[in-house]
Parts: sequence; C-alpha cells; structure tokens
Amino acid sequence: MTTTLTAPPVVAGPAGTRRRDPRRFTLTGVLTYTAAGCFVLVLLGLFAALILESFATAWRGGWLPAGFTGSWFAQAWNDPAYGVSSHLLTTFEIGVSVIVISVLAGVPAAYVLARRSFPGKSLVMVLLALPILLPPLTYATQLSSLIYTIGLGSTLPGVILSNLVPALPFVILVMTPFVEQVRPDVEQAARMCGANTWHLFGRIIGPLLLPGVLAASILTLVRVFGAFELTFFVAGPQSQSLIVAVFGAAANPAGSAPPLVAAMAVCYMATSLVVFALALSFVNPTQIVSRERKS
Amino acid sequence: MATAAPARPAMAPEQATQSLGARLADRGIDRALLLLIPAVAIVGLLFVYPFVYGVLISFSPENGGAWANYRDFFTDPYQSQTIWYTVRLALPVAAASLLIALPLAYRLRRDFRGKRVITLLFLLPVTLGSVVLSEGLTTIFSPSGWVNLVLGGIGLGPVSVLYSYWGTFVAGVLGIVPLMLLLLIGFFGGIDPALEDAAATLGAGRTVRFWRVTFPLVLPGLVTTLSLALVEAFAIFPSAVLVGEPNASTHVLSIPIYEAAQQRFDYSAASADATIMVLVELLVLGLLTALRTRLYRGAASGGKG
Repeated sequence: MTTTLTAPPVVAGPAGTRRRDPRRFTLTGVLTYTAAGCFVLVLLGLFAALILESFATAWRGGWLPAGFTGSWFAQAWNDPAYGVSSHLLTTFEIGVSVIVISVLAGVPAAYVLARRSFPGKSLVMVLLALPILLPPLTYATQLSSLIYTIGLGSTLPGVILSNLVPALPFVILVMTPFVEQVRPDVEQAARMCGANTWHLFGRIIGPLLLPGVLAASILTLVRVFGAFELTFFVAGPQSQSLIVAVFGAAANPAGSAPPLVAAMAVCYMATSLVVFALALSFVNPTQIVSRERKS
Repeated sequence: MATAAPARPAMAPEQATQSLGARLADRGIDRALLLLIPAVAIVGLLFVYPFVYGVLISFSPENGGAWANYRDFFTDPYQSQTIWYTVRLALPVAAASLLIALPLAYRLRRDFRGKRVITLLFLLPVTLGSVVLSEGLTTIFSPSGWVNLVLGGIGLGPVSVLYSYWGTFVAGVLGIVPLMLLLLIGFFGGIDPALEDAAATLGAGRTVRFWRVTFPLVLPGLVTTLSLALVEAFAIFPSAVLVGEPNASTHVLSIPIYEAAQQRFDYSAASADATIMVLVELLVLGLLTALRTRLYRGAASGGKG
C-alpha cells in the first residue's frame, strides 16, 4: 500500500506540482470562480425571490415574507384584467402559427441554401442574418407602423406577422446543418430508383429532416415566448403574449400589487421552462445561441 | 410539366430558351431556386420593406420639413443625449460581461462533468428575458432585500441599485453574460487542444500558452461575441424602464422610440429615432467587422490527417 501511494509523485515530476493542482488555486482562478459564483447566486436568488414573493401575503423586506397564500395565482390566472390563462392561450396561438409558416417557408429555403451555390447567394445570406443579428427594437416600430397602416394593428395576425421576422431566418439557420447531414448520394440513389421530386421530398428528405424540423419548431416556440419587443409594439390588449402582459403589469405606475406581478412572472417562467426543457431533449443547448462550429 | 416536355424539341424559340436554361443551370440558376421565394418574399416584405418604409415616413413628419424629426432629435439635448446615455450604459455592460464570461468560458472549454448543468443554468436568463430578470431584481435588491441583508451582514453596507443607472447595468450584465459565455465556449471549443499541447511540449507555461496561442486564435470569435453583445446592449429596453430611470440616467436610445410610438402615436418620429438606432448599430457592427478582418483567419482546428 505504502509503495503505491508514494510512487505517483515521483513519476509525475517535481514535488509539489501534483499536490497543488495549479488549475484551482491561481489568483485568476479564484477571481473567475468568485465572479461566476456571485453571478449564479444573484441569478438563482432572483428566481427564488420571485417564486417566494408570488406566494407571499405581503413582503416588505427581510429574509422571508410574513405569510403565504395561493390567492395571487388564482387572481392572476382568472382576473379579467390580467388573465394569465387567456394570455397564455394567445402566446401559444402566436407560437404555433409562426412555427407553421416558418417551417413551410424556411425548410425549402434551408435546403436550397445548404445544397446550391448561385449568384447572389451571399446577399440572401446577409438578408437572412440581419433579422437575427439586429435587436428587434431596431425594426419593431417601423414594422408595427406598417402593420397598423394595413389595418392589422392590435390583431393576432399582425402579431404573428411581426414575430415571423426573426423566426423564419432562425428556422433556416437551424435547419441548414440538418440538411447538410443528409448525404446527396441518398437523393441521387432515390432519383436512380425513379423517384420524382415529390417522392424525393415526401418520402426521402422529409422524413430524414423531421428531427431537425421538430428541433427548429420547439426552439421557435421558446423564442416566441420570450420575444418581448416585437409583440409589445404591435399587440393590443386582446393579442398580448404573456411576457408583454407581465411587462404591462410591472410597468404600471398605478401599481399592481407586487406579489400579483410576481405570480404572473412565475406563471410565465413555469411555462417557458416546460417548453425549454422540451426543447433541450431535442437539441444541444449551445445550438440555441450559436451554430456548432465543428463540422 | 409532363405535357410541356414533348412539345419542346418541336419549336425553335423554345430551343433557344432551353439552351439559356441550360446555361443558367451551369451557373447555378435553376428551378430549385424557386424554393427560396417564399422565405425571401416574407423577409423582404416584413423586414426590408418596413426599413425603407420607416426611413420614408421619418422624412414626412406631421409638422415641419422633411428633416424636422432629425433636427428635433439632434437639437433637443434631452433627445440627442440618449446616444451618449446609451454608449455610457452599453460599453460598461459589455466590458463587465466580458470580464465575467471570458475567463469562465476559457476554463469551461474542455468537456467535464457538469458542463451541461452549467450551460443550462446560463441559458435560463437568455430564455426568460430581461422583463423577468428586472422583476426579480426589484425584489432581491430592494432596500431590505436579500442582497442588502447579505451585504449588511458582512459589513459592506446597503447598496441602492434599483431605479438608477446601476439597476439597468445589473440587469444588462445578467442578460449579456450568458449570451457571451455560450458563444465563447463554442469558440474556445473550436480550437484544437493539440495546439496548446504542442506549445506545452515546447516549454510554454500556462500564461504564455494562453496569451501566445489560445488568445490570438480566439480573438476573431471574441470580436464577433463582443459585437453581438454591444448590439444587444445598445437596444436595452425593458430593464431601462423597469429598474432604471427612464427619464434621467437610463434615458437610452430605445426610450424615445417607445415614447413616440406608444405614448404620442407619432410613428414618423418613432421611425426617425429607430433609424438613428439602426445607424448606430450598423456603425458598431461595421467597426468591429473591419477590426475582425484584420485578425488571424486561418484554421484553429487541426487539419485532416
């Protein structure tokens, strides 16, 4: 036993390098993990505090609220003025419509962009990248003004149209690597066996792309849930998504009771976390922000 | 299609178009490109056209000449200051976020147990958005909230962050660190570990390896990350209203857009303000892209073989 315990340091090199793992105890390491720790603590504390507050009878400071009640949720869910239930329904209506349109228009486009090169391709790529790169606030007003001009302001179709702008390029972005994964040989083989274009897409490429479509759809739903600015500028009271309603209640100077706002925010968090968890079972988390750089 | 095909060889003009079609196909233009049309049409109509439309209506204000909106913006200090207020908020937010995200991303570049949990944790704020973050901040940073209880307990005294510049600053950092971290982990992960190992065998210590090998390789990715973060920070909106001072220290570029569109229903002025914001954003993106092209652009992952 003794020999096996003392042997490794001798093999590993100079004494001391092994006992103090340099990765953990450098100054930069301590600073890095302290900063990250503070960040995570604030983040988790913030979510915990929101949840606690939504159950509080009143919370005027201190570690814990004076008492607990579930009545804020009942009020937030049913109240005609705040109606989380109806806003949630609206959010899903927006989300599903945006997904259907984006997938129908986006998957063929992703196919062409992944397989073909043609004059002006880089222009199309830039055109599709801009709505993702630029924050929604840069185009939300102009778009909403246009939508009001054509008479769709404050309506659900208007909100759906404005949410399409970042969603469609996003679907194309997510789908392109999935198309690249389908080898062209498969298509050529199908052609050789007599498949026409409809067969090719319906029987061969379509099914192979289905996981990608599923991933793109659920990620689009996540994004529609959180898309605040676009919906905020176009929506009316009846076509608000939940996050816009939460902002409305929080920014209301007349003062909605803080626990009520917290209850609405918790409803929003809970639903988007469910959608988010669903999304993660389909995709690698880093794909949500960036495309995987490894080929 | 089936009926058209047999007719073609019979007619001479059709032959000419056919050969034109063949020539176009050689250059990559054929019917498959039709599949692009729905997507391009939607983005064109709902993104490009509104931009043009916005610029047009910004030059036809309710009162005054064509340039009235822009003149108002730049002559009214309360409005033109928003550019300075935005820069004053966005640069420190991006810098602070980079200070937190870069060292952490560097340490998380290799696969390890729990990486997924950490990634998920940092994805939360990206997913939930700044409205919820701001709402949570009002609770924990309130005068006798948790943060002040902790700070008071260790003798650092109470801080008053809410409804000031610092409220929006904290909300901005909370939103942008995750974005940066996830992008940077991707960029660091794209660098072949063999390069660092090679430097180590040649006698480079940890510091040298970072500054002479890893850092130059990640620099283009870093610049990309920074541009995306700055673009986001220039458009901070909900947190400027909810935890900042939208009439004073956080009267950033987004606030005049919001005031013109949602409170005065003056879409002409709102479009002018949004156009100014777009120009500022494009300036930032342009500058950083120009910087990026000056950096190393070779392969960072090992070759094949």
